[in-house]
Amino acid sequence: MAILVNKDSKIIVQGITGSEGTFHATQCLEYGGNVVGGVTPGKGGQTALEGKVPVFNSCAEAREQVGANVSLIFVPPPFAADAIMEAAAAGIELIVCITEGIPVAQMVEVKAFVDTTDSRFIGPNCPGILTPEGAKVGIMPGFIAKKGSVGVISKSGTLTYEAVDQLGQQGLGQSTCIGIGGDPIIGTTMKDLLEMFEADPETEAIVMIGEIGGSMEIEAAQYAKDHVSKPVIGFIAGQTAPPGRRMGHAGAIVSGADESAAAKKKLMAECGILVSESPADIGRTVVEALKK
Amino acid sequence: MKIHEFQAKELLKGYGIPIQDGVTIEDPAQAEAAVDQVNKEFGAEQYVIKAQIHAGGRGKGGGVKFSTTRESALENIQKILGMTLITHQTGADGRLVKKVMVAQALDISKEFYAAITLDRASGKDVFMVSSEGGMEIEEVAKTSPEKIVREAIVPGFGLRPFQARNLARALGLEGQAAKQAMGIFQKLYKLYREKDCSIVEINPLVTTEQGDVVALDAKMNFDDNALYMHKDIVEMRDLDEEDPSEVEAAEFNLNYIKLDGSVGCMVNGAGLAMATMDIIKQRGGSPANFLDVGGGANVETVKNGFRIILSDPNVKAVLINIFGGIVRCDRIANGIIEAVKVLDLNVPVVVRLAGTNAEIAKELLANSDVDLISADSFEDAANKVVEAARQA
Repeated sequence: MAILVNKDSKIIVQGITGSEGTFHATQCLEYGGNVVGGVTPGKGGQTALEGKVPVFNSCAEAREQVGANVSLIFVPPPFAADAIMEAAAAGIELIVCITEGIPVAQMVEVKAFVDTTDSRFIGPNCPGILTPEGAKVGIMPGFIAKKGSVGVISKSGTLTYEAVDQLGQQGLGQSTCIGIGGDPIIGTTMKDLLEMFEADPETEAIVMIGEIGGSMEIEAAQYAKDHVSKPVIGFIAGQTAPPGRRMGHAGAIVSGADESAAAKKKLMAECGILVSESPADIGRTVVEALKK
Repeated sequence: MKIHEFQAKELLKGYGIPIQDGVTIEDPAQAEAAVDQVNKEFGAEQYVIKAQIHAGGRGKGGGVKFSTTRESALENIQKILGMTLITHQTGADGRLVKKVMVAQALDISKEFYAAITLDRASGKDVFMVSSEGGMEIEEVAKTSPEKIVREAIVPGFGLRPFQARNLARALGLEGQAAKQAMGIFQKLYKLYREKDCSIVEINPLVTTEQGDVVALDAKMNFDDNALYMHKDIVEMRDLDEEDPSEVEAAEFNLNYIKLDGSVGCMVNGAGLAMATMDIIKQRGGSPANFLDVGGGANVETVKNGFRIILSDPNVKAVLINIFGGIVRCDRIANGIIEAVKVLDLNVPVVVRLAGTNAEIAKELLANSDVDLISADSFEDAANKVVEAARQA
């Protein structure tokens, strides 16, 4: 089970012939994921990953010829928005965009475009998805995770690794870990994933790692209050961030009072989420939640 | 990226939006020529002298002065140019005023607010107007939210004429003024979209006694991700308005933000970097900076990061917190060893390395002759660095 990706996912990599694409596609393949090909316009007919997979000119070709249903995107920023739309137009069911630095105005259009299709979109500027012993569709280091029953949703990359590591120290594995990205416009929200984890029989608890800026954590918390029966454990990074300064992620900026870490944590707690005050206590808080 | 009021007004003017015009100078010796030019070119008899810094609240801080005569204009220019302006956005140290705009004074009838920005929740740009011009919009949103009227822009369709009409009507404008405002709103959205702004704000937008609609002030920020398409905007960047160490860090692809604490931090990833600052605070310390060395961290980035952190005299101790995924910890360890050799290290450094090749990295550090405090976990690292800073 798990959510979004598993052993059966037929994964293609857009931008597979670039250095980033080649490196990470190889890693995904070595993790055991079913990487069935790649897309680089103009290089159709060639092979990639030392001859292991075919390269197609378009997502539509890859969909038609190898039945691709998941796409992982490593296309450079000026072309990434188009790559996402191409995948959606080709009917790829799940699109994960790792690319950092896509102009926001282009993402506004991408979101509107993808919304007209049945595709689910994750990212951009995110570490992707990891289902331990299933598939890795992204750049998370596979060795830190192990199969288990905690679902992990996070806006950040390395903070996700930190949380997964803490879970491991407590003897807890993960059903699926998803990095949703820290940009102002992203494809899949925390609320969307809470809904999926709630429906996944393998998941027993959900960790939700947010940060300052935006209102996604609040929307998710309000949803969890009425619709999620499994324990939800939360953390918000950036309590020490000065207002008005962008903290690395384009979206991590406090532009209104309710976007601060303190305001989000307060509301999450009111909605029944177990909030870990310290980033070093995420693992322990999950153990506590599971005891209840 | 931010720009000054006078630059934002130039952009507005280029899009055919009427502005309160003027001349901007840096040198006090240009004062007379500037005032005379504003008098001649724009027919101004009275003037407004406006400090040009990248922060709001200039008026309250004494950086905007109305001048009824040529003499008082000259006097106010001398006062403002070179002053240290403190506003609620500059921090306690304030900002040195290096540029001043000599603007025409207008006979104002009414003041409004107009702005466009992204609404993250809906994923759409939103055009906002308010009859409460000249006030902080956050304040209006809090006290009388019904006075802010919004029009969401459907991606690909732009601001439609009926929406511009709705906005003008919401401000109570009629006849010629309503027509002018509609034109301004549509041009403003065109500018916002074509120049990849993250916010444009006209506060206040005014009607004059003569019945014209004019932008009296303007604020614009731009999407950093889109700057590669806008050379003209990049040329407007004013490095005087930015922290020199942040500018230097950016040249090395480091994301650095200076804060006022005593514990320097070097971390990979923005989320973990924020969390590291948080845990330092929770343990009773205070972070000196945010520094994300990014996914491609190597010996050079670590060395440069170290140097920039140590250039801050407030730093009493440094915490290096790396969770290696793509980043290999052994490379970070080599960077630390090299950096310590080159730099004159006079503060304690706590190192926590986890993830890819962490064991090799720990051995490298243990076998080197650099003096470091090693930590086993995130928590351990935070405790040790806060203690080290306290003792220093």
